[in-house]
Amino acid sequence: MDLQIALLLGQDGIVNGAIYALLALALVLVFAVTRVIFIPQGEFVAYGALTLASLQIGQTPGTLWLLMVLGVAVTALDAPALWRQGCRAGPKIYGLIGRQIAYPLVIAALVLGAQPKDWPMLLQVLLALAVVVPLGPQLYRVAYQPIAEASVLILLIVSVALHLALVGLGLLFFGAEGSRTPAFSDASLEVGGLTISGQSMWVVGASLVLIIALYAFFERSLYGKALRATAINRAGARLMGISTTLAGKLSFLLAAAIGALSGILIAPLTTIYYDTGFLVGLKGFVGAIVGGLASYPVAAAGALLVGLLEAFSSFHASAFKEVIVFTLIIPVLVWRSLTTRHVEEEE
Amino acid sequence: MTEQLPEPILEVNDLCVSYGKVEALHHVSLKVRPGEIVTVIGPNGAGKTTLLSAIMGVLPFSCGSVNYQGDAYDHIDIEQMVARGMTLVPEKRELFGEMSVADNLLLGAFMRRRLGFRDEAQTLEKVYGIFPRLKERHLQMAGTLSGGERQMLAVGRALMAQPKLLMLDEPSLGLAPLIVREIFRVVADLRKLGVAILLVEQNARAALQVSDYGYVLETGEVALEGPSDQLEDDPKVVEAYLGLGGKKD
Repeated sequence: MDLQIALLLGQDGIVNGAIYALLALALVLVFAVTRVIFIPQGEFVAYGALTLASLQIGQTPGTLWLLMVLGVAVTALDAPALWRQGCRAGPKIYGLIGRQIAYPLVIAALVLGAQPKDWPMLLQVLLALAVVVPLGPQLYRVAYQPIAEASVLILLIVSVALHLALVGLGLLFFGAEGSRTPAFSDASLEVGGLTISGQSMWVVGASLVLIIALYAFFERSLYGKALRATAINRAGARLMGISTTLAGKLSFLLAAAIGALSGILIAPLTTIYYDTGFLVGLKGFVGAIVGGLASYPVAAAGALLVGLLEAFSSFHASAFKEVIVFTLIIPVLVWRSLTTRHVEEEE
Repeated sequence: MTEQLPEPILEVNDLCVSYGKVEALHHVSLKVRPGEIVTVIGPNGAGKTTLLSAIMGVLPFSCGSVNYQGDAYDHIDIEQMVARGMTLVPEKRELFGEMSVADNLLLGAFMRRRLGFRDEAQTLEKVYGIFPRLKERHLQMAGTLSGGERQMLAVGRALMAQPKLLMLDEPSLGLAPLIVREIFRVVADLRKLGVAILLVEQNARAALQVSDYGYVLETGEVALEGPSDQLEDDPKVVEAYLGLGGKKD
């Protein structure tokens, strides 16, 4: 292997690693706040990419129907409790109907009536995000909120079920064929004989911007601090009026946004199938495990390591690429279990 | 009592709370009026913490009702109570250990911010005025504070919500006498601002000295109640909770 190839593989690794890092951050966030190991994270990657691809070829993405169905389901679940509260809950009922019924209808009108096929790419991306991202809090409401106090294991089982359901729906919505979207830009950069594609720069740049934005959100904004507070001390946060439900929905919103955006970023680099998300999400999960599902910077570094390891092993032993990446989890777990004190789960 | 008393802000009627088959509270009733300090004293395991948890909505109750600011509740939602000005400083403090003192205080005002108030900067200055120590340590992580400072932070964080009813669970627990006096001085000052205070204490002497009215809780039932100065002289209370040393002048 000469330097040229090493640089090429390194570039590949960093681009993939950046995506894994984003997903690892989302997994750590969701776990810290809700104790849910969010296996369906990967489905948001696939849904984001495939929804964009559908919009670009003028098809109606099936995720739109999911958005509307879940909107009705959430309304049906939340309305009775608000109804019982009587007139005090009036604005809340309007808010609920606005978010869960009116919003999906507006998005549907845009998708079906406004010819998004001919829109500029940026608007298509925003529309795809507008379809996919609200699915995060909706799924939290339907699948996790009723069992928010359950054990980590039960939440994990629900995650597996949700993952399988969403993969099945993905097949129904988008078919078995994969899709690839056009690159954000055709520009490329020559650095010392190495060609860096515009899309690679987009991926790395957007990931960095997102990571900085997330950092600012958690350090500076009230809601970011509220999420951190919930992760640190759930009982204390509730006494401040930070509801577990609010924190859960907010973290799922962020996770869905990160997932969908990751999918949209990598869609021009690799063909995305309805079930691609799972593998991508799992690699983010390996990164998150390196960080012990607790540390954001270590998780991001771990995810970058996963990306580089994957790139180099695909060159040296491409048949074992996935095996090598996932085997990484074993020494990491051994090392973690030797170096950290085991803490019994509270509650 | 001849003077006109204000309507109670909190009225607990016939409250029962069970842990599984064990009933921890049997038909407990009490009242707290605005600008009044009411204390609940009693031995370990009498159900004092359970009582506060049930009023706040942390624990469900199986019978009775809680009347808060004129509305009767048979089921309590914590967030709703926080939004209506009820704040609990729990026995375990429940601080956000890996966040700074300033962030802990800011989160105390979370519900007010959600409700559209933007006055947390002024409230913060007031809290720093009450507890100058917190201002000195505002960048320090809450988890690294001393026991007394942690209690100050817990009370300060509760004050950030500008409570109408402040419930304190064992604020003197594990603290040096000097700091206990400091905390009780703050509690007495809050009453002057019209805040209603429900104080649960094992330190019966200090609690009765600072409060207007007291309840003695024993094995989940109100054994005795009355104005605090009368309770202080009650032979049963003196014997069981104040010790033979009698009351201080």
